[in-house]
Amino acid sequence: MTVRINDFALKIATVNGTGSASANALLMQAIFRMGVPVSGKNLFPSNIQGLPTWYEIRVSGDGYTARPAGIDLVVAMNPSTYPEDVAAVRPGGYLLYDDSWPLDPELLRDDITVLGAPFGRMCVEAFTGDRERTLLRNIVYAGAIAALIEMDMEVVDATLRATFGRKPKLLDANFRALRLGHDFARAELECPLPFRLAPMDATSRHILIDGNTAAALGCLYAGATVGAWYPITPATSLMESFRGFCERFRVDPKTGERRFCIVQAEDELAAAGVVVGANWAGARAFTPTAGPGISLMQEFIGLAYYTEVPAVFFDVQRAGPSTGMPTRTQQSDLLSLAYASHGDTKHIVLFPANPEECFHFAVQAFDLADRFQTPVFVASDLDIGMNDWMCPRLEWDDHYRPDRGKVLGPEELAGLERFYRYVDRDGDGVAPRTLPGVDPKGSYFVRGSGHDRYGAYTEDADAYRDVMDRLARKLASAGEAVPEPELRAAGNPELGIITVGGCRAAVLEALDRLRDQGISLDYLRVRGFPFGSVIHQFLESHERCFVVEQNRDSQLRTLLMAETGTPRDRMIPVVEYGGLPLAADFVVEQVTARLAEASV
Amino acid sequence: MTSIPKPSVRHPGLARNALGLTRRDYEGAMSTLCAGCGHDSITAALVQAFFELDLPPHRAVKLSGIGCSSKTTAYFLRQSHGFNAVHGRMPAVATGANAANRDLVAIGISGDGDSLSIGLGQFCHAIRRNVSLTYVLENNGVYGLTKGQFSASADVGSKSKRGEANPQRPIDPVLLALTLGASFVARSFSGDKAQLVPILKAGLRHRGFAFIDVISPCVTFNDHEGSTKSYRFTREHAHEVAPVDFVPIRSEIVVPVNGAEADTMDVSMHDGSVVRFRKVDAGYDPTDRGAAYAYVRARQEAGEVVTGLLYLEEGAPDMHEINRTVARPLAELPHSELCPGNATLQALLEEFR
Repeated sequence: MTVRINDFALKIATVNGTGSASANALLMQAIFRMGVPVSGKNLFPSNIQGLPTWYEIRVSGDGYTARPAGIDLVVAMNPSTYPEDVAAVRPGGYLLYDDSWPLDPELLRDDITVLGAPFGRMCVEAFTGDRERTLLRNIVYAGAIAALIEMDMEVVDATLRATFGRKPKLLDANFRALRLGHDFARAELECPLPFRLAPMDATSRHILIDGNTAAALGCLYAGATVGAWYPITPATSLMESFRGFCERFRVDPKTGERRFCIVQAEDELAAAGVVVGANWAGARAFTPTAGPGISLMQEFIGLAYYTEVPAVFFDVQRAGPSTGMPTRTQQSDLLSLAYASHGDTKHIVLFPANPEECFHFAVQAFDLADRFQTPVFVASDLDIGMNDWMCPRLEWDDHYRPDRGKVLGPEELAGLERFYRYVDRDGDGVAPRTLPGVDPKGSYFVRGSGHDRYGAYTEDADAYRDVMDRLARKLASAGEAVPEPELRAAGNPELGIITVGGCRAAVLEALDRLRDQGISLDYLRVRGFPFGSVIHQFLESHERCFVVEQNRDSQLRTLLMAETGTPRDRMIPVVEYGGLPLAADFVVEQVTARLAEASV
Repeated sequence: MTSIPKPSVRHPGLARNALGLTRRDYEGAMSTLCAGCGHDSITAALVQAFFELDLPPHRAVKLSGIGCSSKTTAYFLRQSHGFNAVHGRMPAVATGANAANRDLVAIGISGDGDSLSIGLGQFCHAIRRNVSLTYVLENNGVYGLTKGQFSASADVGSKSKRGEANPQRPIDPVLLALTLGASFVARSFSGDKAQLVPILKAGLRHRGFAFIDVISPCVTFNDHEGSTKSYRFTREHAHEVAPVDFVPIRSEIVVPVNGAEADTMDVSMHDGSVVRFRKVDAGYDPTDRGAAYAYVRARQEAGEVVTGLLYLEEGAPDMHEINRTVARPLAELPHSELCPGNATLQALLEEFR
């Protein structure tokens, strides 16, 4: 039997709210600390306690981090999902289940190996109290998995110690549970399995971090001082992380004074209003939200666009429409962000692919918002925002200075005969602004109603168009200021593949596999909107392009058609919108099938 | 929102305040409201209040929502930044502005449609947060710009211009503000400048949310027989219960604080200035929230509109005191005080390994 090293996937089925998250995190972290590239996807319900939840761990010595297609080992800890968990094992794979709750013989498959372990009974014997037994059952299965895939137990122990180091009593119980599972597996099960770990040195320059935490760090480092929000899955942890970082790094140790102000608003309308008011008054302010919040914020987004107030919005996208599936991922807000609010609007949107880009794009979002005096969206998603990703260690350039754009102070104002808010002095579409409280000469009146270049109310067609045309020029020029697309040329003028955001991992893996099949595609990943010249050129220079994205209606393709004029038939949609992170297999299958169709 | 610039004519004889500014320096553009609109009287009272407080105009910000009332922010303090927000959402913008720069003196102008219908939630939550904001509700019981629909403050039976009687119960913003814990609650009448100016001054000096409901008759759509927000009705039914004087900190306090004089009662503001309640009705205590609520409610049942500074609680922590925000405005903090730097980042990232 061939043995696969550092190339397999596990899926752990549990009940949410029972403490399995910490066991799964322990496994992830220990594999990472063995130097082996690893990624985890938490497939959880929109619920507090009692519903099925799954955690997928992919180990890939080659560094692939997209969602795995086939599961080699399913760990079934939740009897209510035994049928689908048995079905999830790839042929030739393994099922480990808690035989304290028997498996219906009808579910058995002859193409998989079934391993039973009495985790529940073991916990009843070893521990006291329902709570302890329930919690530690997770660590027991972690111990068994550690034995099955040959984890370095010194690393696992150290990881456990780091987790519970400050709570010695908990640590002791957790160690006992870990050994219980581990020793059982070693004694009773065939260990190790034919797929297993071997230490590597591929993670020493990396970290495991989720995108919301990374984005929060970006806000901290960009100098954001005001955060306004209304809690919403999957964006909540962004503001909670920001608060946590501020409490560590922005509180005066002597006085307790805080260099930040976080407003938990009554709704997303208010959160957007707070952000607009704070930016207008000179702070860097932001709000994290998801699709339903974006819907509620439309009014203020239009106001900020038309009155030219900087504002930063993080949209951690989830499956829509309406409430949709709050704990499932999607990229289905692309169109509603690009043209948010009524009337003629267009907005800067940044599309991070991973936590590293969440960090850097957060900083860029504030710079772009200040520079262009307009709303800027960072379009993340649940998969990027809430799952732990292995990514290169974040680096901060201490020479960074915020780009606050054109803000006139008393000295600049003194040189002007009169200040008018919307006069484009430099011909770049951006009119200098002033901040309240600084100088009486700089006062102006913000109005969402029709205004001329002097900031005065108008219903005059020419004066109105004058401002609207400048706004269009301003936004068009932003296309060259947003992050440039990521390009990988395979030298194929016929075929390209275009994607966005978190699809990156699956598409790049798919490209490697397609190349092995003799199919080479030039690759472009959109990282910003409005689209810059590189995107226009890529579309012009390729006969046809696949457009891979996670929504039903090919929204990126629609945007590309609308903004570049590329004909519909030159862009082939490849869409996955079921709410789970994209897998490379899907992309490979779609591309090869479409190419086969075309050649028939 | 239409506005016409006001020519600045200098009158050498005009009185000057401590900053050397005249009332004219606190004015704005010409009003485009209907002649006789109560809102214009409130604008004039605001000009006087700012003038008398010697506030540098550029240190103030004026914010509003949408509606006739919200247009008036263009008609005073032309040297202040103004923000005409979206309908009913001024409190959120004011919260943000105050979060960013706590040194700005924020005045919010709203109307009964803006505050009690489309923006009711925002109004309530600004009170809850105790944002430092003087919030003036120019209350006329009617939608003017859309030509005469009842608002949520119209009394049951109040008649529209076409003669229909309003069937729905009103929302009383004073009772609401008292219930929600507002630290400064007043009601006045646009036609009573002598009462309104000291209330506005006290509100502007109050730290926290100062709510001032001002009955402000709409001469075009709601100033007729049968309207309960008309000049005549208000004049006949207003009952001043808690008249005040505002004594700024720099003035010599001739009457000892805490009421040596029988018919006054003094409340000290956070900055040392004093609000002096005159001839307070027997049994009315403007520092007792429950009593204030019961009194306003009882007089209302009797068909009276109680006016004056009805409730005042000095010392309630405002949004920044609750947050323990640094004294210096957040908008003025240099990046070096906000960014922990790369060395700290690298140390922090060890936790992500």
